[in-house]
Amino acid sequence: MQNNTQEDIIEIEFPIKSGDFVAAGDASSKTKKLLKQLGIDPEIIRRAAIACYEAELNLVIHSLGGSLILTITPSELVIKTQDIGPGIADVDLAMQEGYTTASDSARELGFGAGMGLPNIKRCADNVEIVSELGQGTELTITIKTNK
Amino acid sequence: MEKYYHSVTLDKDKCKGCTNCIKRCPTEAIRVRDGKAMIINERCIDCGECILICPYHAKIAVTDPLSIIDSYPYKIALPAPSLYGQFKDIKDINKILNSLIEIGFDQVFEVARAAEFVSEYIKEILNSEGVKKPLISSACPAVVRLIQVRFPELVSNIVRVESPMEIAAQLAKKEFCAKHNVSQDQVGVFFITPCAAKMTSIKNPIGNGKSNVDGAISILDVYSPMIDKLKSNEVKSLQEASRAGIKWAISTGESSSLGIENYLAVDGIHNVIKVLEEIEDNKLTKLDFLEGQCCVGGCVGGPLTFENSYVANNRIKRLLKDVDSSPVSEGELIEAKDEIIWKLQKDIMKKPILKLDANINIAIKKMKEMERIYRSLPGLDCGSCGSPSCRTLAEDIVRNNASEMDCVFKLREKVRYLAEEMIKISDKIPTSHKEDKDNDA
Repeated sequence: MQNNTQEDIIEIEFPIKSGDFVAAGDASSKTKKLLKQLGIDPEIIRRAAIACYEAELNLVIHSLGGSLILTITPSELVIKTQDIGPGIADVDLAMQEGYTTASDSARELGFGAGMGLPNIKRCADNVEIVSELGQGTELTITIKTNK
Repeated sequence: MEKYYHSVTLDKDKCKGCTNCIKRCPTEAIRVRDGKAMIINERCIDCGECILICPYHAKIAVTDPLSIIDSYPYKIALPAPSLYGQFKDIKDINKILNSLIEIGFDQVFEVARAAEFVSEYIKEILNSEGVKKPLISSACPAVVRLIQVRFPELVSNIVRVESPMEIAAQLAKKEFCAKHNVSQDQVGVFFITPCAAKMTSIKNPIGNGKSNVDGAISILDVYSPMIDKLKSNEVKSLQEASRAGIKWAISTGESSSLGIENYLAVDGIHNVIKVLEEIEDNKLTKLDFLEGQCCVGGCVGGPLTFENSYVANNRIKRLLKDVDSSPVSEGELIEAKDEIIWKLQKDIMKKPILKLDANINIAIKKMKEMERIYRSLPGLDCGSCGSPSCRTLAEDIVRNNASEMDCVFKLREKVRYLAEEMIKISDKIPTSHKEDKDNDA
């Protein structure tokens, strides 16, 4: 990873509320616009938008709230979510397609199909999950922009 | 570099410099500068939203006057199907077509008929191997231009078929010249248009070098002369278009003619934007076809139509019930394919407008500055500065097109600061003066 001077790093934080389906998707659509303004490659924007949306929705559906922090450098994007919530009991299991712990109310809205984390993984160059049961989860998604 | 042509223009004398149009514009293409609206050429997609919203009618669509047809020995009218919904108590489309002849055209070729050809071409592409889905209709030029500037990554989803207007122009000329044995340059074909976007497409075609259409005349400009002629009792049978083509005038008309289920028909440019966002985010994975139309209700809602969109929609539906002509035959299709150009010849260019700088390091710096400025603005999106929102003002400032003092709140803050400073200064007794006194003593 290259060293960046403070000048060319941009960091933006979006607070995310639990169960707020009205605002769900705001952080990812704002992220998408920012990336377009930066002139990032469209394919990378598409991947970032999908990963960002899934990560954002995870917080809305599963957590008690938290934030999404977008960090952009000339070489990569880092989308990090930090939440207070139940945590993930088995990270490997959560990575499997179709595995879900979403509530019925979320599923009635068409969410919680168990595709969130697998989708994120497909779009990212690197995914890290640090989770503590009963405390919360920190998810870090890295997408390289200068491949 | 391609020169910009826009049908949508400003009548400076009528413009009051209010904020209605800057707020409504889907590509943030308008600013108010020196008390008048100003259209940013590379951003404008000629959708006509500003024409519809302007309370002073200062936004106008430049189209050709009806008199333009006199510059050709032979003149053919290409009526958009939306024209059929403009007239009260008309039960026979032939009446409408005949009145076009009576106002000076030699021949009429219905764009609705050409739309039937286009439906068949789209079907063919939908069924071909490896086609990128969802396919996006190329019929509404404002939507195509919207994709070019705001969703450049979706340009490759646009179906590469000419619009019904272009197909109609080619077929009409061919037919007329063969029948009357005249050369093509003697024949002028004129689109009777519901919108400004089509006019722009004729002057500056997307995905094709030169348009086959010789001019566009606004429905509003033929409306009154046509009304006079509608009373005429002599009605020749001119109508050829069938239901499948005529219903292109209204939203869902195009997609329902394709015989598929997984389509979306979206009308109103702001709704189209929402759906394009979702396509871009891969949320509509099962979608085969998007019919996006800039105007509410489809082309019947065009800014150059007379009747309101909902009334016109109802009239089109009633007219459809009595249409008894048959759809284009396989033979006609095959014949036409050899004679005309039905695929877009040139690539549809990506024209992204959002990029702050070609160099990412500079773009990041500008964005940081933009965020800083944005946070210092009041966030009221009042538009008094001439930009549509505080965020756009911040963007305009980093692009060197505006200054922080354009914000009336910032200006007031600054004036107050200066006033306070003045008071502070005025409180101080000038030392030199005091010293002078001391010395005198």
